[in-house]
Amino acid sequence: MDKQQYNISENNFEQCIKCTVCTVYCPVVAVNPDYPGPKQAGPDGERLRLKTPSFYDEALKYCLNCKRCEVACPSNVRIGDIIQSARIKYGKSKPKLRDMMLANTDFVGTMASPFAPIVNFSLGMKPVKYVLDKVLAVDSHRQFPKYSSQKFVSWFKKHAEANQDAYPHHVSFFHGCYINYNYPKLGQDMVKLLNAIGYGVHLLDKEKCCGVALISNGLIGQAKRQAKLNIESIRKSVIVNSMPVIGASSTCIFTMRDEYPHLLGINNQDVRESIELATRFIYRLIERNQVKLAFKSDYKARIAYHTPCHMEKLGWAIYSTSLIKMIPGVDFVTLDSQCCGIAGTYGFKKEYYQASQEIGQSLFDQIESAKVDLVATDCETCKWQIEMSTSAKVDNPISVLADALDVEATMKLNNVELR
Amino acid sequence: MKFDTVIIGGGLSGLTCGIKLAEEGRRCAIVSSGQSALHFFSGSFDLLGYNGETEIHNPIEAISKLDATHPYSKLGASTVERLAKEAKEFFETMGAKFVGDTDKNHYRITPVGVKRLTWLTLENLGTLGTDGKLPWQNVCIVNIAGFLDFHTTFIASEFEKMGVHCTIKAIMMPEMERLRKNPTEMRSSNIAKVLNNKEVLARFAQLVNSESAGCEAVILPAVFGVFNPDTTNEFKSLLDKPMMLLPTLPPSVPGIRLQIMMRNYFQRLGGVYLLGDTAQDGQISYSKVTGISTVNQGDIQLEANSFVLASGSFFSHGLIAHPNKIEEPVFDLDVLSSENRADWYNKDLFEKQPYMEYGVETDEQFHAKYKGNTLKNLYAIGSVLCGYDPLKESSGAGVSILTAMSVAEQILKKGK
Ligand SMILES: Cc1cc2nc3c(=O)[nH]c(=O)nc-3n(C[C@H](O)[C@H](O)[C@H](O)COP(=O)(O)OP(=O)(O)OC[C@H]3O[C@@H](n4cnc5c(N)ncnc54)[C@H](O)[C@@H]3O)c2cc1C
Ligand code: SF4
Ligand code: SF4
Repeated sequence: MDKQQYNISENNFEQCIKCTVCTVYCPVVAVNPDYPGPKQAGPDGERLRLKTPSFYDEALKYCLNCKRCEVACPSNVRIGDIIQSARIKYGKSKPKLRDMMLANTDFVGTMASPFAPIVNFSLGMKPVKYVLDKVLAVDSHRQFPKYSSQKFVSWFKKHAEANQDAYPHHVSFFHGCYINYNYPKLGQDMVKLLNAIGYGVHLLDKEKCCGVALISNGLIGQAKRQAKLNIESIRKSVIVNSMPVIGASSTCIFTMRDEYPHLLGINNQDVRESIELATRFIYRLIERNQVKLAFKSDYKARIAYHTPCHMEKLGWAIYSTSLIKMIPGVDFVTLDSQCCGIAGTYGFKKEYYQASQEIGQSLFDQIESAKVDLVATDCETCKWQIEMSTSAKVDNPISVLADALDVEATMKLNNVELR
Repeated sequence: MKFDTVIIGGGLSGLTCGIKLAEEGRRCAIVSSGQSALHFFSGSFDLLGYNGETEIHNPIEAISKLDATHPYSKLGASTVERLAKEAKEFFETMGAKFVGDTDKNHYRITPVGVKRLTWLTLENLGTLGTDGKLPWQNVCIVNIAGFLDFHTTFIASEFEKMGVHCTIKAIMMPEMERLRKNPTEMRSSNIAKVLNNKEVLARFAQLVNSESAGCEAVILPAVFGVFNPDTTNEFKSLLDKPMMLLPTLPPSVPGIRLQIMMRNYFQRLGGVYLLGDTAQDGQISYSKVTGISTVNQGDIQLEANSFVLASGSFFSHGLIAHPNKIEEPVFDLDVLSSENRADWYNKDLFEKQPYMEYGVETDEQFHAKYKGNTLKNLYAIGSVLCGYDPLKESSGAGVSILTAMSVAEQILKKGK
């Protein structure tokens, strides 16, 4: 056996041919001279770290985990994974109180929802922002996403759950934190859209935050616990109940498919292919002639699509854009694919605020000059960033579809009859 | 997912073909594993520069002397001439201006200052006149302090041989010093990102002007405008004397700019560009490809009337060398190569390497061959093809662009 050929480490850093292509496309390198860049932080650094962990450079924390380097690498080196794994393995800086708060979307959301009006009001207040900024180092330029007073799950249980069994087909819906605490309308849009094509929507047995923010803030133990719980619930849905799992957030879906096995060491091979974005799920049904969509004749909008980094990595933007383009009244605008700069909780931190805005600047300029009614994107943090930095309104493709959908005509087209 | 044409590989060849098709309204998708050989681009497109050690000054006239298996022989001299003339305009519409003529090669200057015959050179990059000389007697070669991918002393010694007096200067700026914190990252593209800032660019120009006082022209590394095509000319307008840029060691800033320009142009024409996705295998039935599957799209196949393989050579994994076999990994197409590994290479590194001519076999129209038969709707273009040595002949970009244009014409002729 040719050893050289078969002896490849888990994160395949030895495949690197030192071409520096990754560094060209890293959004952080362009704005932060303290960041060594993907090649140095990834495969080059890994070589050294394997020798002595003391080569670990704390500057790796500047990595957004956007994976644009991986998408560009001609040798398929898992650069982003190498960097994140190194942070998990060697990182010494302890998460601050602020990091814990930003990371624990579930806990903070649960605490905030009952007091939504007060929380929203106070998060917007100058003195509170001042404390957040000065004490917790959450940048005061940031507007917090508003907390909703009724959680998605409460709405679902009250108004939707009872008749879901009556539909001919069934899926499970991983709603994620954002829909549950901040924007239940997106969840309601999902139910509306799926019901119209004959799919009953079901919640998972137990759902926890996918853990993306826990991973990026170094809270790995907790991330693993939540990941295990999610995968167990997903297994029950997929294997026992034959229901695939769909979601609306590219980051949640990407995390559960790829970060669970690559960064948290959680095996999801048996269910990975059954975890996907709703837009891909619906696109497949349409392509296989199993489903048709009918749209309102008076729906008109000029819409640009922004490709979130994790969507670029998944390679699935095509499904969301294809569905939006199916709406007859849509005038579609293509934006160049680039990072918006927020990267989850990264852009909320005071020390990264400026870099975060610089990274997104040319995207913001492009959006402003495109003069669109709406920017569609599959990621909630991209939505915050773009809404905060441009005059554009941003919505998830699922909401765009639901708004444009002629529900009755769609149900008729698909012969949806409730049992 | 259904398209008119699906192209595997988004480098120079795949993008040229995709743009030509999309310009005519065809629904086209390009799948590309990663970035392409353009990231190593010298700034010059070669057509045909050498026959062994002999210089070729008119590439069109030299085509008749090539082997029958050479892609140019398959195209024929008149098609090569027609398409090559069209190519210059093709790149200009996208915003990339080149100098050079199809029937008359010119000299470009390599990163180490040596002259080499080529076809088209990006404007502002170094070329020599028809007499093989620089138009100046006294130049200043300016580098950025600590930048190791631009070899000023090699360049100066080559220029001195041409009778040009050279002064070498290195400029220091605090913004560049910060890059040096990490010596391995003091690379062309990172410098270009720093020079993207208008204020830094203006200060840099001022320093170049004062350091080169008394010289007729300045010679600089090509580190301008990685994401912005206007930066180079903006910089030029700030200088008080003529400037000439020379290619650096990779990554190539002009090449990256060209890659981004082509990709954006293709997407604006409605093309679908799936970057970071790899074609895994193709379904072949009755001598036709019906669909391909990719890593990211999983169970959703990419289907089309025609398919184009533009997956590059060994470097881009379009060809894979196993211990005893050279393989085309997507379809397992017929590959021209020797079965004996010892025949693949020449022990003298600087000699002609047989493996350079290995690649996918096709018929005269570039239909790929599979188990001895040609596939009716699968074309192979660019550096995945067999029968030529881009390095020794200086023919790389020419083959990639012209086979792409020719195949696009054939696909368009067939109708939708
Ligand atoms: C280092 C280097 C420098 C060169 N410099 C010059 C120069 O300065 N001037 C010149 O004239 N010629 C040059 N050449 C010759 C070069 O081959 C051509 O100029 C040209 O760029 C090749 O283009 P291509 O599109 O055929 O292949 P490539 O540029 O190699 O593109 C192939 C693409 O296909 C992708 N791919 C491969 N397999 C798959 C798959 N299974 N699924 C999806 N995607 C896949 C790869 O990721 C890659 O992006 C150079 C070649 C090399 C290797
Ligand atoms: S792009 Fe890939 S191969 Fe090139 S330096 Fe980066 S990791 Fe290495
Ligand atoms: S994951 Fe993104 S931020 Fe991190 S190194 Fe790669 S490109 Fe840069």
